[in-house]
Amino acid sequence: MDMKRDYFEDIQLFRTNTVLVVTVIFLAILAIVPFFAGAYTLYVLNLIAIHSIVAIGLNILVGYTGQISLGHAGFFAIGAYSCVLLMVKAGVPFIFALPAAGFISALFGFVLGLPSLRLEGPYLAIATLGFGMAVTQVISHSDFTGGHMGIKAPPMSLGSFVADTGAEQYAVIMTITVILAIAAVNLLKSRVGRAFVAIRDSEVAAEAMGINLPYYKTLAFAVSAFYTGIAGALMAFALEHVSAGSFNLILSITFLAMVIVGGLASVMGSILGAALLTYLQLKLLVIHEAPGIGPFLLEISKRFLTPEGIPNIQSIVIGAIMIAIVIFEPLGMHGIYLRTKRYWRTWPF
Amino acid sequence: MGIFFDLIIGGFAIGACYALVALAMVIIYKTSEVPNFAQGEMAMIAAFVAFTLIQSYGVGFWTTAAITVVFSFLLGCVLELAFLRPAKNPTVLGLIVITLGAEMILYGIAGWKWGANQNPFPVPFSEYSGIMVGGVMITEINIWTFVTSLVMMLLLFLFFRYTKVGVAMKAVQQNAFAARAMGIPTRRILTFTWGLSSVTGAVAGMLIAPIATLDPNMMLDPMMKGFAAAVLGGMTSLPGAAIGGYLLGLIENFFGGYVSLEFKSVVAFAVIVLILCVKPSGLFVKHYEKKV
Repeated sequence: MDMKRDYFEDIQLFRTNTVLVVTVIFLAILAIVPFFAGAYTLYVLNLIAIHSIVAIGLNILVGYTGQISLGHAGFFAIGAYSCVLLMVKAGVPFIFALPAAGFISALFGFVLGLPSLRLEGPYLAIATLGFGMAVTQVISHSDFTGGHMGIKAPPMSLGSFVADTGAEQYAVIMTITVILAIAAVNLLKSRVGRAFVAIRDSEVAAEAMGINLPYYKTLAFAVSAFYTGIAGALMAFALEHVSAGSFNLILSITFLAMVIVGGLASVMGSILGAALLTYLQLKLLVIHEAPGIGPFLLEISKRFLTPEGIPNIQSIVIGAIMIAIVIFEPLGMHGIYLRTKRYWRTWPF
Repeated sequence: MGIFFDLIIGGFAIGACYALVALAMVIIYKTSEVPNFAQGEMAMIAAFVAFTLIQSYGVGFWTTAAITVVFSFLLGCVLELAFLRPAKNPTVLGLIVITLGAEMILYGIAGWKWGANQNPFPVPFSEYSGIMVGGVMITEINIWTFVTSLVMMLLLFLFFRYTKVGVAMKAVQQNAFAARAMGIPTRRILTFTWGLSSVTGAVAGMLIAPIATLDPNMMLDPMMKGFAAAVLGGMTSLPGAAIGGYLLGLIENFFGGYVSLEFKSVVAFAVIVLILCVKPSGLFVKHYEKKV
């Protein structure tokens, strides 16, 4: 039973021994994967890990604090560019440039959090949307950031150790992801996390309880932006190149889709959602090569549509998933997990 | 001085398009509190349908316009029936996600059907000739944009003022519960609202397509500007949205002409955020403080 008897049980990182054991097994699997997996699998896992960081960060904002952001591609871009620029133009080593990128992003998050003190719903959505667009515009028109061409990312290096193969990158990225995920779980169990949830449930009530609304709202934006910035920086190294064109509205929507699909207010759900959508995206891009359905779709495209446009099935499927989740399972994959758990709790009675 | 008037005319022309997109958004938002992010893609699909009719089937321009209006009306109704109606007690976030999902679907369909090619949209109006007013050239296409948007706004005004359906829509906007008690079929009105909004958006799409080039990304920017204009005007005020659209077009064009062409589209959002910080519910709507 998960009855809590005192406060310390509530703030424990691992609520039961089962959770602890499962987590340890999961981490062990993550640790031994690079010894078996091929280069492509590792690349996919890297992308999943990076997207998980974004999804966790966005979930802190959307799921826990109840604010809406359609501008997270902007933070992603800020993280990627600031890390790469710090390393290329200022010669800062990777180990300092990465957190610096996170903090620069967090600073922008704080600034974007300021309008959120007065705006809500569609008004906040348009403000964040505008922010995301503005970031891309400024980056792609500025010579300092390499303009439309973007810039090439230097190799990830920690002292004399240079992570240039997929497995080494995997080691770095996965370590950071695990640390950030655990940090997020911890943060959300703390005073800060409770303040976020209180703000989501009722701003007025939260304020009446003595929660400093401006402080915690901007903090939520800053933390969320920090996570996204770190993920953006890692993405720059995973793709070895950054260009402004890729940080568009569709990317922001995809991030939001990960959070929705995984489940609002659940760190585990964010990771699941990120994994599912990243995998689907990569698979749907090459759907015409899939056995069975591939030739059929190609035939349809040739007859009625355009064959070159077939990767667009990706957007159609993701859009359909987003709508289906809201209509049929508003809590996402986390909701499915909760229902399954409740069903089996009293088994076999 | 010439450039000044050129900028004013250009600003009004693009502002007219923004105003129509903004009106389309406000029509839906007022009735159902859904910020419709799919508006741009709905307009884009309509423009593509018009393009295909003209280009592949050789239909005349005015017939095409009529068919497109009917098509967009049906598209709006279908979207509402398929995506919005099944959602039970959705949150604001849920509604935003649904329309974003619809946007992704429409974007994908357009990309699949028409590819990423940039197509010129043929209109029977010239971009280069027009009438000279006091040494400033107003091109035919600008006049066309201008007149169409004004006619559309006039039609909307008359519709909301003098038709039974329009009045019923206003009733639903004010108080859906009371409207239902009075025997207004609120759900059918909602579907109709989406159709009407889609038509307004489609007209905007057909006005924007000749100015920009027609591709699946065509409406991304105008949609956001239209949304921004709607927010500027207050999201629940039809005249506010129209004025917001013109204002935004002018601000943007002047900034582009006098300060920096590259950051033209950024300034619109900077203005919006600044205005929202001072007046959180837009320029033309009274702000209600939320109570417990």
